[in-house]
Amino acid sequence: MDWTVIAEYMPLFREAAFLTVRLGLTGIAIAIAVGIACAVVLYYRIPVLKTLVSFYIELSRNTPLLVQLFFIYYGLPKIGISTNPVFCGISGLAFLGGSYMCEAFRSGLEAIPPIQSESAESLGMSRLQVMRYVIFPQALSISVPALMANVIFLMKETSIFSAVSIMDLMFTAKDLIGLYYRTTESLFLLVVFYLIILLPISILGSLLERRLRYAGFGA
Amino acid sequence: MPDLGLNVLLKGKNMQRLLSGLWTAMRISLIAVAISMPLGILLGVLMTKKNPVVRAVLRVYLEFIRIMPQMVLLFLVFFGTTGAFGWNLSGELSSIIVFSLWGTAEMSDLVRGALISIPKHQYESSEALGLSRSQTFAYVIIPQTVRRLIPLSINLITRMIKTTSLVLMIGVVEVLKVAQQIIEANRMASPNAAFGIYLTVFLLYFIVCWPISMLARRLEKKWKD
Repeated sequence: MDWTVIAEYMPLFREAAFLTVRLGLTGIAIAIAVGIACAVVLYYRIPVLKTLVSFYIELSRNTPLLVQLFFIYYGLPKIGISTNPVFCGISGLAFLGGSYMCEAFRSGLEAIPPIQSESAESLGMSRLQVMRYVIFPQALSISVPALMANVIFLMKETSIFSAVSIMDLMFTAKDLIGLYYRTTESLFLLVVFYLIILLPISILGSLLERRLRYAGFGA
Repeated sequence: MPDLGLNVLLKGKNMQRLLSGLWTAMRISLIAVAISMPLGILLGVLMTKKNPVVRAVLRVYLEFIRIMPQMVLLFLVFFGTTGAFGWNLSGELSSIIVFSLWGTAEMSDLVRGALISIPKHQYESSEALGLSRSQTFAYVIIPQTVRRLIPLSINLITRMIKTTSLVLMIGVVEVLKVAQQIIEANRMASPNAAFGIYLTVFLLYFIVCWPISMLARRLEKKWKD
């Protein structure tokens, strides 16, 4: 291991790590929004939409992200929907993550006993108020462990972005290995930077889980 | 209407080639599943033991494998072992090693979770009924654990199948690589084939994984309590 080489490569990896985090967080934020929307649709059993959402969930959960990205990046432009790599990566992550987030929120919503919404309604709350003040806060605290697991999972999945030529950590490592045969140093930096990104999320996840364990009513 | 790849797919042996590419990916995942299930069960049981050294070592292994993206693990084994020890592992062997290591870690965590989810009174009640330790395990603990475990491990299998699509990145010729080759070869005749071919790969993965996920969900529902 040559430390001068590591010092030299450091800025490249730092740039790539920022890109990875930026794309990852954007994708995850969209995935959470998609997930909440889908979970609400499933919870209220809205006709038509419900079928569409279940179809989307099955499709997205049973195919690999790499195949989804290839389809979006190389397939869709052929029917006139052209994309740039960054947009493709984010939309792929949101497409995959949406279904996982939906499952997390749905199990949270379903864990709330019906007596909660019935009592809230008998207190004169509107349907929206029931959702906002009674059901959702409790459901969220139940979903947090699954939610954090999904965040980590999706952050790890960003490593696939290099396949559609996004200059992320994987891409940088592969490039440096190919160009200069600095395998050991590149792999070392790759592992270190992924640890820097993923360890805090993982620790935050277990802290949150401990903090929120008793937030559900009567649990 | 321009050809979107359907003709290319039906030309010559293209469909067969795609399917054999899919089989390459499946073979890697099936071998890895066969290795990681028994090993995972063993490690999972070991993790519930009180020995602090065993637990610490297993925990570090588990956490490292689970926190690293599978792509990084593939790179570590494929390029790293060449750099560090001068081994020249084939792409397929490297991926089997990586997926077995990863599958073992995930499986052992599922086993540990299932074992510690059995409440203590189950052990105590069986003891009170005069069952020996091995009888307690054979008739009380293992049947309950297995019911919790089977749906989860079936889900793990679909995850492993999906993740094997990554082996493309270390040069294994699997279904996506075959798809690329077919698209390249027909670039002149039907430039829009990428749409149809990648859609086919997408659907192939769906056809493989969907029934397995359905099975897992059905079992989970059936064995809920």
